[in-house]
Amino acid sequence: MSTASTDLSRRADLDALRPQLYRVARVQPELADTSTLELEPPSGSRPAFEAGQFNMLYAFGVGEIAVSISGATDAPGFIHTVRNVGAVSAALAKLEVGATVGLRGPYGSAWPLAAARGADVLFVAGGLGLAPLRPAIYAVLANRAHYGRVIILVGSRNPASLLYADELARWQERLDLDLRLTVDHADAAWHSHVGVVPALIRRVAFDASDAVAMVCGPELMMRFTVNALREAGVEPERIYLSLERNMKCAVGLCGHCQFGPAFICKDGPVMRFDRIAQILAVREI
Amino acid sequence: MEGLELILAKHPFFAGLAVEHRQLVAGCARNHRYDAGEYLCREGGAANEFFLIRHGQVALEISAPGRPPVVFATLDEGEIVGASWLVPPYRWLHDARAATLTRAIGIDAACLRGKCEADHDLGYDMMKRFLPVLVQRLHATQLQILDVYGKH
Repeated sequence: MSTASTDLSRRADLDALRPQLYRVARVQPELADTSTLELEPPSGSRPAFEAGQFNMLYAFGVGEIAVSISGATDAPGFIHTVRNVGAVSAALAKLEVGATVGLRGPYGSAWPLAAARGADVLFVAGGLGLAPLRPAIYAVLANRAHYGRVIILVGSRNPASLLYADELARWQERLDLDLRLTVDHADAAWHSHVGVVPALIRRVAFDASDAVAMVCGPELMMRFTVNALREAGVEPERIYLSLERNMKCAVGLCGHCQFGPAFICKDGPVMRFDRIAQILAVREI
Repeated sequence: MEGLELILAKHPFFAGLAVEHRQLVAGCARNHRYDAGEYLCREGGAANEFFLIRHGQVALEISAPGRPPVVFATLDEGEIVGASWLVPPYRWLHDARAATLTRAIGIDAACLRGKCEADHDLGYDMMKRFLPVLVQRLHATQLQILDVYGKH
């Protein structure tokens, strides 16, 4: 490799690490500790992204975290749903319209929307896991005729902690998808399911031999969900999970998110179950 | 085959049950209809029946003094309500409320326990059907207890 091309390669690497300034155009409070930010690009357009990818968001003076993109791929800006769980996410969740954040990305792998064409599609979300799935759901609904049955299963702690409740209500009215909501606990005013989200899998009708499942949520929930999908007859190579680890550089350099031979930031976050099943079973990873 | 026996034959819980055993179970069965809000059973009451849901949804609840009942599970068409009839002292440990109009088949517990004692093949078959349901619910309960959606 010539010196010139090496310099170009290094410059590209550096560009990938350099945040751009984005303006907070809108803040949508979702839950007591969760907000959705609409971020406007510095110039007219933002980089393209695929459903499932993430950005690194930088709260000035506090730090940087990986946050999944939760808006449509054709939305004008980047949409991120942030839950206040630490110093950086707390700072992001407090941002008001007009504030500026640093953003670099998008990074990572995407949900298999092309591979799922023609098949039944199951989205299984737990808690905040609905956010990374939402761009894929938008894409499937926008191209509804290209997919078989569309099933969305959403689990949450209780009715008050359901993310995107208004949107879920609108989806529930559609006749071309089967949306089931379940919560761990509820009172008598709740009129949907109570129980864990993997238990819904045996209650919905789909062709397990020709279905693709996209799963996102806490890792324990995903483990139980994979078991239920396997019991229903879905093959491991048709199950996709979005994993979360401690992502720092987002380009596979720092090693913080190493997952066996892979890096979640570069090879994930969306990974095919059969390719990671053995590593997922290692307790130390 | 007619009436209750036919309904039992179509219910997923009794799928594949031998004809002679199905006839024995049908002898202990009766039809129920519950409007939304009606209770199939109440905590502390005698568990002298279990239910096969044919249509509707049933909420399992536990009440605490001064608080509204907490729903800890919902069961749908094709599922069963109740395991307390299997083990002494045969008392319900929760309420079961029809969340919607519910049609169910009730199986008389004393009648079926007696037939299981008399015919251990039937008893063994019943255990093989109940145990996976109980294990499934135990696993689900484990996941609920872990509160995986909380901040960790």
